[in-house]
Amino acid sequence: MKARVSVRLKPAILDPQGKTVLRSLQQLGFNEVSSVRIGKLIELEIDSSDSEEVKTRLEEFSRKLLANPLMETFDIELFDDNSRE
Amino acid sequence: MTTAESKLTRWGVVIFPGSNCDKDALDAVGRILDQDVRAIWHRDEHLDDLEVVILPGGFSYGDYLRAGAIARFAPVLERVIDFAERGGLVIGICNGFQVLTETGLLPGALMRNEGLRFICREVTLRTEKTDTPFTCRLMDGQVINLPIAHNEGNFYLPPDQLEELEANGQVVFRYCDANGGISAEANPNGSLNNIAGITNRNGNVLGMMPHPERRTDPILGNPDGANIFRSVIDYIRRK
Repeated sequence: MKARVSVRLKPAILDPQGKTVLRSLQQLGFNEVSSVRIGKLIELEIDSSDSEEVKTRLEEFSRKLLANPLMETFDIELFDDNSRE
Repeated sequence: MTTAESKLTRWGVVIFPGSNCDKDALDAVGRILDQDVRAIWHRDEHLDDLEVVILPGGFSYGDYLRAGAIARFAPVLERVIDFAERGGLVIGICNGFQVLTETGLLPGALMRNEGLRFICREVTLRTEKTDTPFTCRLMDGQVINLPIAHNEGNFYLPPDQLEELEANGQVVFRYCDANGGISAEANPNGSLNNIAGITNRNGNVLGMMPHPERRTDPILGNPDGANIFRSVIDYIRRK
């Protein structure tokens, strides 16, 4: 089974990286962009097909290691091995 | 000299893969201050003989994922956590501070610098608290000079926890101007309340972004950093 964990800065946290990219986009003429926030995408392959169990474990280790709950949130998505994702 | 005055204090400096200020810390405490100091490898399990543990600066485990995030699960960290919980003195400098926040021994997180640049320069710091083992030789409000060298030094805590940190008097150093004034201009990295260094609630764990080990040898200019290590030596000898 494959999993994808998206780690994002909490909305209250300033994202200077996103702000810099926003400024660059606007300089390039993409003035319709009004906000950019940058996070992390972590892709995992997991030796289990029990999606409930995988989800529980993923939540556990995402909280413990992949994200810092003080400043970040995370979302988990699961995919079958055969999916093209 | 009495026995108490001449007693060597026992220090350890943890070395993670990617640490790069470990030698400076060993040199500051061992050669310059003439104390008993040894290196602790990140896989070591034994540090009960020590009185002070330093987590040095650098890029432990390449700063992968988040600065300090992987070091937090190094085998030696469990021992450091035990050591701190039993009242042992712990100093986290720069990357060491980041590791201490990841372990939860210190509150908060160190985020990317507001200006997104790695900053390497001398800063002035105002001493906010002198009743700690790390600052007992300093005076309240004393302005000291130390270098910073970091990319993630932007101290963050949610507002309610920040209020608690301040109310408990856990802030030890703030970035200030030459006269000790606290302002946005004197803040190099965007840290909330200009915070540069804090202790835990019990006061036995210090985390700071500036590098005292780089200002310990008098040959390198002002020895303001030495005062921090000498405070610890005084504190242990007085105990």
